[in-house]
Amino acid sequence: MEFTCLSEGKGFYFPPCYILDICGFRVLFDCPMDLSSLTMFLPVSTDSFTMCNGEITSRSCQKSMDLESNVYKRQKIDKPLDESSLIRSEPRYKIIKNLLLWNVSFIDVVLISSPMGILGLPFLTRNKEFSAKVYATEAAARIGHLMMEDLVTMHKEFRQVYGPEGSGSRQWMKWEELELLPSELKEIALGKDGTELAGWMLLYSAADVKDCIQKIQTLKYAEEAFYNGTLIIKAFASGLEIGTCNWSIICPKGSIAYLSSSVFSSATAMCFDYNSLQRSDVILYTDFTPCNGSNISNDGDNGSATADPNQSIDNVNWEAIADDYQEMEKLDFICSCSMDSVKAGGSVLIPVGRVGIILQLLERIALCLESQNLKVPIYIVSSVAEEMMAFTNVIPEWLSKQRQDRLYSGQPLFNHVELLNDKRIQLFPAIHSLKLLTNWQEPCIVFCPHWSLRLGPVVHLLQRWCRDENSILVMEEGVDASLALLPFSPMKMKVLQCSFLSGIQSQFSRPLLKTLQPRHVLFPEKLRQHIDPSKNLFSSSYYSEGETLNVPNLKENSELDIAVDLASRLQYTTLKQGNINIARLKGELAIEQGKYRLLPGTEQDVSSQIRPVVHLGRINLDALLTELRKIALNITVEETTSADGSYKASLVHVLKPNKATIEITKAQTLISTADKNLASQISETISSILDCF
Amino acid sequence: MAIECLVLGAGQEVGKSCVVVTINDKKIMFDCGMHMGYLDHRRYPDFSLISKSGDFTNSLTCIVVTHFHLDHIGALPYFTEVCGYNGPIYMTYPTKALAPLMLEDYRKVMVDRRGEEEQFSSEQILECMKKVTAVDLKQTVQVDKDLQIRAYYAGHVLGAAMFYARVGDVAIVYTGDYNMTPDRHLGAAQIDRLQLDLVITESTYATTYRDSKYAREREFLKAVHKCVAGGGKVLIPTFALGRAQELCMLLDDYWERMNLKVPIYFSAGLTVQANMYYKMLINWTSQKVKDTYATRNAFDFKHVCSFDRSLINAPGPCVLFATPGMISGGFSLEVFKQWAPYEGNLVTLPGYCVAGTVGHRLMSAKTPAQINIDQDTQIDVRCQIHQLSFSPHTDAKGILDLVKFLSPKHVILVHGEKPKMATLKEKIQSQMGIQCFDPANNETVSIPSTHYVKAVASDALLQSSLSPNLKFIRKCSERGSDFGGLDARTKPGLKVFR
Repeated sequence: MEFTCLSEGKGFYFPPCYILDICGFRVLFDCPMDLSSLTMFLPVSTDSFTMCNGEITSRSCQKSMDLESNVYKRQKIDKPLDESSLIRSEPRYKIIKNLLLWNVSFIDVVLISSPMGILGLPFLTRNKEFSAKVYATEAAARIGHLMMEDLVTMHKEFRQVYGPEGSGSRQWMKWEELELLPSELKEIALGKDGTELAGWMLLYSAADVKDCIQKIQTLKYAEEAFYNGTLIIKAFASGLEIGTCNWSIICPKGSIAYLSSSVFSSATAMCFDYNSLQRSDVILYTDFTPCNGSNISNDGDNGSATADPNQSIDNVNWEAIADDYQEMEKLDFICSCSMDSVKAGGSVLIPVGRVGIILQLLERIALCLESQNLKVPIYIVSSVAEEMMAFTNVIPEWLSKQRQDRLYSGQPLFNHVELLNDKRIQLFPAIHSLKLLTNWQEPCIVFCPHWSLRLGPVVHLLQRWCRDENSILVMEEGVDASLALLPFSPMKMKVLQCSFLSGIQSQFSRPLLKTLQPRHVLFPEKLRQHIDPSKNLFSSSYYSEGETLNVPNLKENSELDIAVDLASRLQYTTLKQGNINIARLKGELAIEQGKYRLLPGTEQDVSSQIRPVVHLGRINLDALLTELRKIALNITVEETTSADGSYKASLVHVLKPNKATIEITKAQTLISTADKNLASQISETISSILDCF
Repeated sequence: MAIECLVLGAGQEVGKSCVVVTINDKKIMFDCGMHMGYLDHRRYPDFSLISKSGDFTNSLTCIVVTHFHLDHIGALPYFTEVCGYNGPIYMTYPTKALAPLMLEDYRKVMVDRRGEEEQFSSEQILECMKKVTAVDLKQTVQVDKDLQIRAYYAGHVLGAAMFYARVGDVAIVYTGDYNMTPDRHLGAAQIDRLQLDLVITESTYATTYRDSKYAREREFLKAVHKCVAGGGKVLIPTFALGRAQELCMLLDDYWERMNLKVPIYFSAGLTVQANMYYKMLINWTSQKVKDTYATRNAFDFKHVCSFDRSLINAPGPCVLFATPGMISGGFSLEVFKQWAPYEGNLVTLPGYCVAGTVGHRLMSAKTPAQINIDQDTQIDVRCQIHQLSFSPHTDAKGILDLVKFLSPKHVILVHGEKPKMATLKEKIQSQMGIQCFDPANNETVSIPSTHYVKAVASDALLQSSLSPNLKFIRKCSERGSDFGGLDARTKPGLKVFR
């Protein structure tokens, strides 16, 4: 069994990606893309036309820019990064370059653990060679689908500016152009080791997305899926977002748990179901949270104090709730900052991509506005806003306990249902939609994509508000803010950067693993410093990006279930050598639901069939000679060895009553004689010193 | 090893469904229903047969409830709060959400209208529901180390499920009530092909074969339209949930198409509130309803408003949905008394009414007729009576299809009428060669179960058996004379030829 880390990813929006070779099947975990690298491109600008001397048509604009740019750029190689350094082209999207090294047709199964892990999937599924079975939870597939549709819609804006697909979009990928890029951008374009240029893809089409979604088999939490009868695949809630999951794979050789970024107690999503991952033979630990920046600084100090290695999981629960409060405080802070801005006449722009956070903020901000008696509208601008809002209110099965309790008491799952009815929240499909233009009021609070600040309504709103010092932009840590905000500089607008909990914090990792009781754990090399192997009851190994690791063999042999009626027919023989009973059996070997089963089969009466007798064992030459002499044979013995030593045999020559030769090798015994009686006599003698059944 | 099935209710009858199945020391109670036709001790299953000492928590591993109808869940609060069962209870999300409404509705009818002593209080209903674990379809729930249960879509009412239970190698399915054809708001039952020792199935329509549902729906709509066009009032007695929503969707849609303005009323606030639940649980409805929820939720009824008691004798036509169904008392009976004597009015009855209810008596009556409501009251029934011939239960073909699809080793029939069940039982045994039982209440059926002997197989054996090395076999067969027909692949070591 082999485990390969294709990409370690980069936090919440870019989950890691792996390939696991298990029982002869190749399983790909997640297929994300790195949307943070979009920051390399210049966003579509409302005043981009004026920049090229008032020329209206975008094509001519493009050409003139191309002509100028070479000369222009050459002069400013060592200049500091500014807006003009950004690539002026239809953006491409960066997928995982290591995935390109694999033959797509060799992938048997794809497991999607979050909506983010689906975003790169159409690049795979549109390949004709792709034949894998894709599994994702119903909710992750739905949210992922909406995100991809939104992405395709937002990207259209670039096509409108730069013209149809392909034209000039490769210009920046020429070596001479790349050489001229400032080092920050060069690293994004080529990767740290300069090998990632191949990962830049033109965005998939709406048809690709549709086709991709059709290839997904959706699952509920804890639903059993059988792949080829051999693998039992189950998804369990990971608590990170609505529909995110960890995977359990059981094969006849043992069980494996894929532990992705998980959150113990979530305010919206169903909470982390770790109990179902208990007693797996191997855990693939793929949560990089302790290395993903800010969480360490938050919890590092008090974390080590509270991390008692002997604490039971009950304590974990309690502490997880405590850090749930921490998350609440962050949301409250965002709300209070928003209120301040609104009161000062500014607007609030929240381009956060996390569904769970958006849903909570909607409720909280509406509540704040109401309590402070502010009549400020909340807008959601997205091509999928309407569907997303409707969807989140019909999925009690995927939500946290608190939300489910609202179902039982007959309340809508989220307050946005009422807020939408009261028109306190308004949904607009696009920034230029008529409904928006006729209803727009400022100050306002806007939720919209995209967090990279390169795509979608956020670009236009930032351009509108970036000089307004009363307005505020809420963005997440982990995005390179200086690069992301470059096209909008000088920024007068306030920027609030916050981080949201997106995985297992290091102090909880130990008690969690203690509860899970695995036999072996594969950790990321980057986490080695956080793990003290001496205190663990399991063995561990460490992986890094681009490496293939051997996972220790789970079980020597596979379990086999034999049907009782078949087993009862077995006739055992005790072997002469050793305390072993053996029996012959015949049945149909089936593999179903991850189990090998031996069934009686279709043949009517197996036992009555005449089967040749089989003899088993090694001939002890001395014993054979004694037996042969007992039946009064006159014999001589000769040892022969072939010239190269590969063939060794003992030859027993029978001289009386008739001539015969017994050639004994390791593999067989051959009796040669012209006398039928003698042959059977010798054969019986040999049989008598062997086991037969 | 054997599977023991103790039928505590719905044995050769419809009402108080309750079957206790024992597999390898695990005891699972499927459904915990009450009988609507009785008011004495016979209304509940005889729980004393489970445990003489009354320690139900330790005698049962878990309770599984298939759907929110009272004949499947009605005894649950009594069993948990009065008898003291404190173990795990499983039901689907919609059942958990809707059951309290059903139970509370029933409790109110019993106490407020009939003036009966209450069997359980509102608080007890809530306490009982707190003990319930909600499950999703196909979610495999590990009840304990050995027992696994899983719900499958049954289509009968919102959230109805068939339950699969497995202990070791022994697996059974308890269907609850199910429908094999989709209707306007629910899909058809769906289940995987499983290896089963036993299927316990309902058999309400053990001998009935039905044709297309749409024709019957048209009949219903026509009858209602005719009545309101003539200025009459239509009384549709239903339970708060399920049928009410289905018929309402039908009418709402028809009103829209025909541009009718006659008011449609829901009797209590309760049913309007129930629509709220339906809206959130839209993923449990049929595909067609699901596909459109983003633009318009099908349970946002346009033409429906709440009913006020003063409207009973108001002039003009109307359609009224009133609880409870089968006119077993309460508001529907009150309205029935007022409206039944007028020829222009219409009462619809569900396809099945429990013996002992007014609905049951009406079914066999020919109007005009005299119906005894109780000892002192008798009313002249002159109104039209329309019997709804579409029912959320599967017909005989559906039952046979399901049994054939699952091909279990044994079948037990429950939830049906004795003579019809006997016919179906014969059919299953003769057509499919599957042993079939139809036990009466409080009888136990014991059936043998399969299991497997655990062994360990070497990879080499599995490999060579599953993907034989064909080249090697050919080589062997070429030298066939030497090997004397022996299968050489699996036997290392020495061979001796005679």
